[in-house]
Amino acid sequence: MHVPVEWLRSVVELPAEVTTEEIADRLTMYDLKLEEIVGGGITGPLTVGRVLAVQPEEQKNGKTINWCRVDVGADRNEPSVPDAPGDDVPSRGIVCGAHNFGVGDLVVVSLPGTYLPELGFEIGSRKTYGHVSDGMICSTRELGLPDDETSAAGILVLAPGSAEPGDDAVAVLGLGDQTLDLEVNPDRAYALSLRGVGRDAALAFDVPFTDPAERPVPSADTPAYPVRVEDPEGCPVFTALVVSGVDPTAPTPGWMVRRITDAGMRSISLTVDVSNYVMLELGQPNHCYDRDRLQGDVVVRRARAGERLTTLDDVDRALTPEDLVIADDSGPIGLAGVMGGASTEISETSTSVVVEAAYWDPVTIFRAVKRHRLPSEAAKRYERGVDPELPLVGAARVAELLVELGGGTLEPGATVVGTAPRRAAVRVPVDLPARISGVPIAPEEAQRSFERNGCTVERDGDVFVVTPPSWRFDLNDPYDFVEEALRTAGYDQVPSVLPTPTGGRGLTRHQELRRRVGHVLAGAGLVEVTTLPFAGPADLDRLGIDADDVRRRQVLLANPLSTEEPGLTTTLLVGLLRAASLNVGRGHESVQVSEVGRVFLAREGAPEAPIYGTDRRPTPEELAALDAALPHQPFHAGWVLVGERERSGWDGAGRPVAWSDAVAVARRLADVLHVELTVEQAATAPFHQGRCAALVLDGTVVGHAGELHPTVLKEHGLPARSVAGEIDLDALLAASPAIGPRPAFSTYPVAKEDLAFVVDTSVTAESLRAALASAHPAVESVRLFDVYTGSPVPDGQKSLAFAVRLRAPDRTLKDTEIAEARAALVAAGEALGGTLR
Amino acid sequence: MSAPNSDYDPKQVAALGEDEVAQARDAALAAIEAAESLDALKAVRIAHTGDRSPLALANREIGALPPQARKDAGKRIGQARGAVNQALSARAATLEALEEERRLVEETVDVTLPTDREPVGARHPITTIQEHVADLFLAMGWEVAEGPEVEAEWLNFDALNLGPNHPARTMQDTFWVSPERAALVLRTHTSPVQARSMLTRTPPIYVVCPGRVYRTDEADATHMPVFHQVEGLAIDRGLSMAHLKGTLDHFAAAVYGPAVTTRFRPSYFPFTEPSAEVDLLCYVCHNEPGAVADCGTCRGEGWIEWGGCGVVNPRVLVACGVDPEEYSGFAFGMGLDRTITSRYDIADLRDLWDGDIRFTEPFGVGL
Repeated sequence: MHVPVEWLRSVVELPAEVTTEEIADRLTMYDLKLEEIVGGGITGPLTVGRVLAVQPEEQKNGKTINWCRVDVGADRNEPSVPDAPGDDVPSRGIVCGAHNFGVGDLVVVSLPGTYLPELGFEIGSRKTYGHVSDGMICSTRELGLPDDETSAAGILVLAPGSAEPGDDAVAVLGLGDQTLDLEVNPDRAYALSLRGVGRDAALAFDVPFTDPAERPVPSADTPAYPVRVEDPEGCPVFTALVVSGVDPTAPTPGWMVRRITDAGMRSISLTVDVSNYVMLELGQPNHCYDRDRLQGDVVVRRARAGERLTTLDDVDRALTPEDLVIADDSGPIGLAGVMGGASTEISETSTSVVVEAAYWDPVTIFRAVKRHRLPSEAAKRYERGVDPELPLVGAARVAELLVELGGGTLEPGATVVGTAPRRAAVRVPVDLPARISGVPIAPEEAQRSFERNGCTVERDGDVFVVTPPSWRFDLNDPYDFVEEALRTAGYDQVPSVLPTPTGGRGLTRHQELRRRVGHVLAGAGLVEVTTLPFAGPADLDRLGIDADDVRRRQVLLANPLSTEEPGLTTTLLVGLLRAASLNVGRGHESVQVSEVGRVFLAREGAPEAPIYGTDRRPTPEELAALDAALPHQPFHAGWVLVGERERSGWDGAGRPVAWSDAVAVARRLADVLHVELTVEQAATAPFHQGRCAALVLDGTVVGHAGELHPTVLKEHGLPARSVAGEIDLDALLAASPAIGPRPAFSTYPVAKEDLAFVVDTSVTAESLRAALASAHPAVESVRLFDVYTGSPVPDGQKSLAFAVRLRAPDRTLKDTEIAEARAALVAAGEALGGTLR
Repeated sequence: MSAPNSDYDPKQVAALGEDEVAQARDAALAAIEAAESLDALKAVRIAHTGDRSPLALANREIGALPPQARKDAGKRIGQARGAVNQALSARAATLEALEEERRLVEETVDVTLPTDREPVGARHPITTIQEHVADLFLAMGWEVAEGPEVEAEWLNFDALNLGPNHPARTMQDTFWVSPERAALVLRTHTSPVQARSMLTRTPPIYVVCPGRVYRTDEADATHMPVFHQVEGLAIDRGLSMAHLKGTLDHFAAAVYGPAVTTRFRPSYFPFTEPSAEVDLLCYVCHNEPGAVADCGTCRGEGWIEWGGCGVVNPRVLVACGVDPEEYSGFAFGMGLDRTITSRYDIADLRDLWDGDIRFTEPFGVGL
């Protein structure tokens, strides 16, 4: 909301010494936050001038400048400027690069010493293009004025006769006026008007306020225009007045144009300007119909199926029976509370005007704006709530101004249909403001703050019975009055008291473990990234994910930001591969990144989420129904490794990343979580078919890791052999035991046996390792230390060498026991088709 | 060799003479002292303690002495040999130490060589700040609550006093899950976690909820469609705005340092009443006249908007099954991304999301 300070001061008795900044500060702390102070700030001799002569001069750079002689008034002219074009009369010589002005035009000149905030420096006299330019002819933009069609070309040319050379241009243009741009919260509809801001300013400074709405209204004994309201719920109050004989050519006075433009609206014609002015002044939107274009009675009703309306923005709109319209015999002539229709619009020939002002049901307006995607200044106010006592006052104010400024005549009578709804009284315990705010607000103080805001207050024992004023839509519950009392006492009065909870239980197990995972990933040399969780089918295509893969079950958005990414991602690898590409593109040879975050998997046939009332807690079944509607959104951990796992250096060659590095990350996570994760051969996108490990937990695949498929790498511009992994962290955490394995070790001597088996290539290392580990009770550990293929190992076979440690928990193993264990190990290897080397 | 002779004067056996023994001993000691290496010392050992060394030979003569003379001679020889052996081991120790020292000097390396072959990981500052804030509240006895990011419309809006026709719903640019009748949204704030906390816990409740939230903002330097919030909720008997202020002062001091100043400013949120914005006194210009106008950190306002807060609206308590006659509470919510960008002077929010490893690396595993 833009409020010209001069206008604000006209209704609030603010002491002259109170600065605009002080007003803004006080309002900010009262409830209306300052966005910015607009205007003001020009100092020095900004003067109206008349162009006496113009001499275009072409420059070497191809540009033509104008060397001008300008009359800036007797007091400011130099007695003689012999160098300047035309007769050498008292004047100033000024160089100007713009061309949209000519001899005789009135312009604004910033003489040396003028400070223009838009430029940020003080204008001086300077030598340029071979002349001494003694000032500057100003453009609209340099003056901080809004551009319009005529001024966008450059120099601001004033209307002939609107000023004299030498006049102070700051005063002529109202450039000294400052405007407060205030943020109005949606509960404070009343503050979308001078009346509302003025009342708050008066309260904030505790000074008298002149309510511009306190004015006589015409008697409603006889209607001014026949009106029927068929939907009194949508339209509780409808008023109309008629003004005839308005001069359609009458100009809008300068002061009104200035206030309207400073408030952010455009001046159009007297009638439209008056209508807008009254909306800004009182907060009462209103509409003026050309009476001569109205056909028959005005009716407020719901639209009929198939009806259409061309609104003032020249859009032809299909109406539905949900739309509340204003109609006459011709059909709808306005979308109630939102925008008028073109068929009855005021034109440059309109002389007879029907002024409408109403109180519309806020929800009806809110829905209409949403349905038609048609926000308007009127709807902005109506949907938040306009004072229902105000319509006739607003209509009367419009009529008064049309009579005064347009030479019109107010026709007798006033149409008033309906009455303002009565406000219910609210019972507020007298100690509630102090109890909830924490500020010792005495009941008397609280009562005074309610009354100052227009409430009527009665006391019923320990309870205030408060009836809010008609314009306060935000005062309905007892706590609403706490805020009211606290605003008056001052938010800065709230003391600082640290509450003392009775003791929490710390992080949950999952929260603690997720932190552990984060540290382990960083410890593994991975740099954590956070990526945007949006993805589209093309992203999944790039990963080579099949149509029937679970990762195709995206949660789609009704209003995605980009058609490329219509939904949420089902895999962290989309974002991680993007991040890896970005890093490679920025010149990183080695990139090792990880992310812990949610992925989103739609549940097929999920029910719609119910919407409950809010007057009670939903039952446990109802709460379960909410959760049943949600997609699956587990935490995953993902990682991508590109380039060298270990860099080359003076003490050794670099080690390129390998599929095993990706699997190692998964194993490391499982280890620190004390989870038994097994690794199985798999072939899943986006991985290399032969180098993909399924990560298996209790028989369920919870993730994959391995080398990325060459096509995927090509699609992402990543080097060959890059690797990745992703695991369902929720599954992993759920399997993590509350108490990890007991440390158990034997202090008796160890016996070491190295055994190498030649087996078929198809026999996995893990299957042989597992067989050896369970071959004999004395086996303490089995570790693979070598894999060998090639002569003398036959083709299709490989040699796997294991270091086996044998130890008993309670005694030194006898040689016979060691021999027995060794035989058992050999037998286990042979059972898998292996032969001992 | 002479035969045993009881009358023999021991002093007449030249090798066992006092002077002879002393001479042999001194010669040995001098040679030991002169040995410059372990090898030289070995030669000295053979020459002066070997079978053919003067002292060994003299020792053999003891048997030739009459019994009454053997004791003295034996003592003399034994002392001399002891002195020599002692000197030998001392010299050996010295030489070994010298030799080791020499070897270690030879093994000198350039310790300024780089040691950067192992990859060094790092954690994203958004992760660490969430943990940092959580820890602060855990230390006060609060707990950390979490909830889904795709959330039921009822929990994101209705339960928080944002009914279907509430004008404030237009303030929030919501991502809706398709189809809209599914009544699911990407949560626009972490407040549904507060609602869930009230629905699943019994008061007193003190929870802090960090997490990712969504708004339909196109990504640019100062907006992202996804960002991070931390919200807090306290429900107990007798809580007021004063407890809110106390909590936020403590929170602000922990994040911005003990000198931080906060202020409450009236505001509006459907889920709180009274509502306030909490501002921080600009920690660069301190809102001082002369400095504030040109301050880029607070953009000339003197105060920095930190977050929204207020007393939990009793309507929210009712919808979430808390009796407003018995309990009151407060809630607050702050953006964490801006805390990071302002603290580290990061001009472009997109840097947090692009995944350039050079963004995360400097943070290491802390803040």
